[in-house]
Amino acid sequence: MDRLLNLMTGFSILLIATVLASLRRAHIRVEYSVSWLGAGVLLLALSQWHGLLDHMADFLGVSYPPAVLLFVILGIGFLVFYRFSMILSALKDSNVALAQRVAILEFELRSMDRQPHE
Amino acid sequence: MIRPVEPGSLLILIPALNEAASIGQVVQECRAVMGAAPILVIDDCSRDSTALVARRAGAEVMRLPHHLGLGGAVQAGYKLAFELGYDYVIRIDGDGQHDPAGIPKILAALRQGGVEMVIGSRFSGHAGEHTSLARAIGIRFFRLLLWPILGQKVHDPTSGFVGVGRPALALFSNTFPLEYPEIEALVVLQRKAFRFIEIPCRMRPRRSGRSSITTLKSFYYIIHVLLGVFVNILKYEGPRRRS
Repeated sequence: MDRLLNLMTGFSILLIATVLASLRRAHIRVEYSVSWLGAGVLLLALSQWHGLLDHMADFLGVSYPPAVLLFVILGIGFLVFYRFSMILSALKDSNVALAQRVAILEFELRSMDRQPHE
Repeated sequence: MIRPVEPGSLLILIPALNEAASIGQVVQECRAVMGAAPILVIDDCSRDSTALVARRAGAEVMRLPHHLGLGGAVQAGYKLAFELGYDYVIRIDGDGQHDPAGIPKILAALRQGGVEMVIGSRFSGHAGEHTSLARAIGIRFFRLLLWPILGQKVHDPTSGFVGVGRPALALFSNTFPLEYPEIEALVVLQRKAFRFIEIPCRMRPRRSGRSSITTLKSFYYIIHVLLGVFVNILKYEGPRRRS
């Protein structure tokens, strides 16, 4: 169990460090890094704070506490992906509206060019 | 410039994707039937010479900066028509399936008033012309599904041969389904208590190319449209205009 939790601690630190490095290089925007940083901190806390993991396992009726950690990782993954699906949907809506507006403006510009100058 | 010159002006809208083989004849047929009515082709980033052929045939062409799909292309045309002040827009497919001879009938029904959208139907008054077995089954399925939702029987809910008046134009400029828009658009109209009717129109086999809805895609189509219909029902806001 300890080996798995230590591995999880290492993974959490790597995740947090990667996100911070990406933020520093502007490879990821702050608003989209919050989910990953939150996930990293939560995993770090759970992998180090054995008492909390044991309490959660008792509460859920799970005899093997590290299984709770996997359950939490899965839950976080679903939440982060769902949030990104929402962001993608909003981006697609904006992108369509923008493309339509560009097409309309370009069309009107061309139409004005074709009109004889008065 | 493509601007309405008098009240009650009509714009003929043709969304097109890789229709170089048929678009020229469709534009010429529309011109022959409707005379000076402006024709706008929305080129959804065709890889062939659709835009060039359409221009040579006498249409104005609005080219999208990237591929948006049928709904996005049609909505771009609706937005332009609404902003320019058109009162009526009739959409016809660029593959030659819709007979432009139906345009005057659709326009007359719109001008008569009382409805915000008129659907050119291959079934209303005809015996199911030129449609594949798979599409015929799909049409029957959605006809039955939509009957209780729309409160009226729509014989050809997948028809893209439609005319809209200015109120529907305003609505569709803001809200229009991006993919497979025909059926969802009916629900969008119904949620706003807008009225629509079907009139019989002749359909022909497509002049070139293949339908974008393959056998595999037809399953995706059904699921997508079903979801879209129910999402639009859930989106319903505010009281109905019609008592």
